[in-house]
Amino acid sequence: MVNLAVDLCGVKLKNPVVPASGTFGFGYEFNDIYDINVLGAISIKGTTKDARFGNPTPRIAECTSGLINSIGLQNPGIDAVIEKEIPRLREVYRNPIISNISGFSIDEYVYCCEKINAVKDVDIIEVNISCPNVHNGGMSFGTLPENAEAVTKAVKKVTTKPVFIKLTPNVTDIVSIAKACEQGGADGISLINTSQGLRIDLNKKKPVIANKIGGFSGRAIFPIALKMVWQVYEAVKLPIMGIGGVATAEDVIEMMMAGATAVQVGAENLVNPYACSDIINSLPSVMEKYKINDLNDIIGVAHK
Amino acid sequence: MKQSYLMVATNEKLTDNVCKMTLRGDTSGIERPGQFVNIAIDGLFLRRPISVCDVEGNILTIIYKVVGKGTEKMSLMKGGEILDILTGLGNGYFTDLSGDNPLLIGGGVGVPPMYKLCKDLISEGKKPTVILGFNTKSEIFYENEFKELGAQVLVTTVDGSYGIKGFVTDAVKQVENYTYVYTCGPEPMLKAVYNAITTSGQFSFEERMGCGFGACMGCSCKTKYGNKRICKDGPVLVKEEIIW
Repeated sequence: MVNLAVDLCGVKLKNPVVPASGTFGFGYEFNDIYDINVLGAISIKGTTKDARFGNPTPRIAECTSGLINSIGLQNPGIDAVIEKEIPRLREVYRNPIISNISGFSIDEYVYCCEKINAVKDVDIIEVNISCPNVHNGGMSFGTLPENAEAVTKAVKKVTTKPVFIKLTPNVTDIVSIAKACEQGGADGISLINTSQGLRIDLNKKKPVIANKIGGFSGRAIFPIALKMVWQVYEAVKLPIMGIGGVATAEDVIEMMMAGATAVQVGAENLVNPYACSDIINSLPSVMEKYKINDLNDIIGVAHK
Repeated sequence: MKQSYLMVATNEKLTDNVCKMTLRGDTSGIERPGQFVNIAIDGLFLRRPISVCDVEGNILTIIYKVVGKGTEKMSLMKGGEILDILTGLGNGYFTDLSGDNPLLIGGGVGVPPMYKLCKDLISEGKKPTVILGFNTKSEIFYENEFKELGAQVLVTTVDGSYGIKGFVTDAVKQVENYTYVYTCGPEPMLKAVYNAITTSGQFSFEERMGCGFGACMGCSCKTKYGNKRICKDGPVLVKEEIIW
């Protein structure tokens, strides 16, 4: 028997496979197609203080081995997520819930994290710092180490649950950002969020997406994500959730060898709704193929 | 939603750039006319959402316009090819509100979903009138198929090369005492229909989709009943909730 269970800051995951925020809604709808209790954990749709419609449509553009999205954090707001969505997920799902929080100011992050910290059903808080800071010319919190540290410190003051900071790859030095989060007291790092991208419609001679630029994700970004997980693993002591282009059990293992303790699956859920379930089903046989008895033995093993 | 593997049975051109494909396999995921399927295509990342034209036993019929890489690849598929398809997506049309004399209005590739709907309405003992709108005579398809179902059919062409000259709304004026409206077509047509009809109705919308089953929020729209996902809460919206 192989061991798939991993531990994220004391939160036990029966396997490392976690659907990524924004690609799995609030989870419960996937329970109509497979038993979502096979999942290690679920990172639910990113939530802000107030309800948001998000960006104008079209919000999606296809690319080679991936897609660009510009959803703009559509969500029903923190109160509706706490009162409706999380209880609805809990009705059908017993494993850990990761609540993904976004904000446009430090106050908003603090407001949401404080509220979500009081929710018993939430096990881990994942703070998305890829959003633009409205008080700082729209520059993303995740692109300057001092801003990343400031957000981390502020949310850590109001939370007792493990806090993972989710990093944007659109930076010159991912390591300095990860270190700043560690410095700020983060319990873990999630990376990467989408990489900025653009597509132009040749017929219309205009960007495909209404918002023009969006976030590129899907299989194409796997090597970029893997490299950043690798770099961050060397630089910080925190557990890592590796995200970006993961589509197979082999990808999960590769991500763990680079340093991830858990692995999120994003865009692949959108084209194969069974992606996470398929990966989990094939993990034991792929582990056997590579002579891995316990996934914990391979976390960061490629660095040795 | 159900994932099924269906085998291409036939794939033929109906007009210069509109093709009809029939597929054999498990169609049990499809519950209502106006739903769509989402087809995985080798070499392309996103699935291609295509409306259901007809379901009869284990045969699924789709009609699609060749508009890009995905539909171009589909147009080259041969009988025997197996496709990975998510079936039964979207809410579809509800026939219980139709009354005895529903009016069905399809424009261009908005015509196909009207077929199964028309068939269902007739089997429920209703007497539908169908308006099919095209730009020009060479683009017309399925006029006879609707007639064979027993529906009264009006065809419009924008250039007047066949049938009633003008838009579908020009034909609406000729239909008396319809009890309800079902429509699908390009958004300007839907809006014109919205303004032209005197009854309530159900309108099927199109939007660029990511997943097609409600997970990504790629195709959201605002309605009077709140934000909706075209793929999951739509594509059919009732007239009363639409915000233009």
